[in-house]
Amino acid sequence: MNRIYIVLLTVVFIFSACSRKETVEPAGNGQLATLSVQFDNIVGAKNLQLNTGVYVNATGETFRISLLQYYISNISVQDANGKAYTVPQDSSYFLVSEENAASQFVKVRVPEGDYQRLTFTLGVDSLRNTMDISKRTGVLDPSTGMDNGMYWSWNSGYIFFKMEGASDAAPADPSGQHKFRYHIGGFGGYSAPTINNIKTITIDLRPAGVAKVRSGREANVHLLVDVMQVFNGRTKVSIAQNPTVMFSNFSTGIADNYAEMFTHDHTEN
Amino acid sequence: MERRLFSTEGRFVMQDRLWMKMRGMLLRSYGKLTAMHHRLWITLLATSLISFSCSRTEKDAPFQGFTTPANFPAPVYDLARNPVTSAGFELGRQLFYEPRLSRNNTISCGDCHLQTSAFTHHGHDVSHGIDDRLGSRNAPPIMNLAWHPSYMLDGGIFDLDLQPIAPITNPVEMDETMENVLQKLRGMPAYTRLFEKAFGTPEITTARFNKAMAQFMVMVVSNHSKYDEVMRHNGAGFSPEEAAGYEVFKQQCNSCHREPLFSDFSFRNNGIGAGPNDDKGRYEITLNPADAYKFKVPSLRNLGFTAPYMHDGRFRTLEGVLGHYEKEIQPMATLDPLLKEGVHLSPTDKKNLLAFLQTLNDTSFITDRRFAEQP
Repeated sequence: MNRIYIVLLTVVFIFSACSRKETVEPAGNGQLATLSVQFDNIVGAKNLQLNTGVYVNATGETFRISLLQYYISNISVQDANGKAYTVPQDSSYFLVSEENAASQFVKVRVPEGDYQRLTFTLGVDSLRNTMDISKRTGVLDPSTGMDNGMYWSWNSGYIFFKMEGASDAAPADPSGQHKFRYHIGGFGGYSAPTINNIKTITIDLRPAGVAKVRSGREANVHLLVDVMQVFNGRTKVSIAQNPTVMFSNFSTGIADNYAEMFTHDHTEN
Repeated sequence: MERRLFSTEGRFVMQDRLWMKMRGMLLRSYGKLTAMHHRLWITLLATSLISFSCSRTEKDAPFQGFTTPANFPAPVYDLARNPVTSAGFELGRQLFYEPRLSRNNTISCGDCHLQTSAFTHHGHDVSHGIDDRLGSRNAPPIMNLAWHPSYMLDGGIFDLDLQPIAPITNPVEMDETMENVLQKLRGMPAYTRLFEKAFGTPEITTARFNKAMAQFMVMVVSNHSKYDEVMRHNGAGFSPEEAAGYEVFKQQCNSCHREPLFSDFSFRNNGIGAGPNDDKGRYEITLNPADAYKFKVPSLRNLGFTAPYMHDGRFRTLEGVLGHYEKEIQPMATLDPLLKEGVHLSPTDKKNLLAFLQTLNDTSFITDRRFAEQP
């Protein structure tokens, strides 16, 4: 008899463990739980490998990437009933860096629920760009968390997206290197209107899997971020013709391109 | 007796030592009273003179905080967000004269913003920063900044609390990172003490660093020129030449160099033409073609101390500047409409105008010990 009980108990145990994996309990009453959004950087058909990966853009230029960083902010989610939840601003700024694997998992706290849509900003909203310096902490602190300089001091504002690399197509710069440098920012101007490269991205999670956010587990929305789009999007960017793009009108073409980098691959619930 | 002349400990000790020396001199003088009457009197006289000058410096001690001069409008800078305190001001001043803000600890803010030149880099068309690298623009004065709606000659910085980051990180100025600056300061107990005094705890953060610098900078107010005394009816009066020059000024200059700050802080192309480096000024910030070659209208205050003139320091003298407005204005697409016809001045007008402009010099400002590097 004892042995039967033990076997039964074991079976129940295994079964319950299995059931936890296969179906997710209904959402609780507004309790906050972790939602992870993974920004997996790729280049076309290849994974992104800093410095070593070799890629070819639509113009036929061969290049490598040595630096990739961008801000993700103002994250919100929406459930099947259209009910939206916006992560409080003070915990909604992230700097994704290819160099730093942990930074590629953006973790926020949202109420338990099944979410069909994910919305975020690529960049930093204009309000935060003009806010008192005491509110610029963490990744927004001009002194820390942005080793490669994600802030323009001469034209107050954050650099939203920064990608640098090497290409023989680029003319030699004054230091003799053949590099391309794309530093894209511009929040629309403080007292006079200027370029606005803030991009809001909304992703329908249904085709590749809704996010089921529950306490005690961590749903992970796995996004592929194809930086080849920076060259091959609506505006074709040639490294030879535009080796350096920073605060200029041409940057808006690159920003339109980078808004199209994101696809939802799958969700791990 | 209160002998605390300055606030930081080093200076306190020094003043203490001075006091002991004076006391020693007095005691020695008394000892020789009977034998050496003459020398005693001389010594006593000298001592009283020294102590008199000391007691005068003691009187400038009570810290006023930020006050708006009677003839000035309300400041633009939001002081409620960063109230000026004695400790914050002193920390800001210490940082202003701190060469550790630069990569190799050689350049401080005060190097290109010299008090004796109303906080400009006198005699330099453009300034040289670290390793003697040259910048592309003339160092603007640190003066009455609380009334500026934007900073830099192109207005690229909209908050004084963000301003210090620009020269610190500029490769031709201080070529340092904010992170390194804060690290260097954190390693110095004198600074952790000053930050604690100013902000309650010893943490050195970006925000505190910039707020302290802003507290010093907003306090650097120039409002004791002869012009100010006349406007405040303090018994001073313009000479006939100056008074006539003031009339010329009001007709010809006041629309851009608006009283009492002598700038409307707008961006204008005054027709001096593109320089050899084709600096497009405000355009670099807005990317608006209508802003090409526009620069912020500079204040005329203290112009006697701030030569050379214009964003690139191309004019050495005020006569050169007036000569430009009279007959050298270049027609450009974005030339200010007010200057299309040039500025017409008779020789007398010019002489009177120059006399008036010199009433904007504020000698007490360039000698005010509160703004100077402390010993």
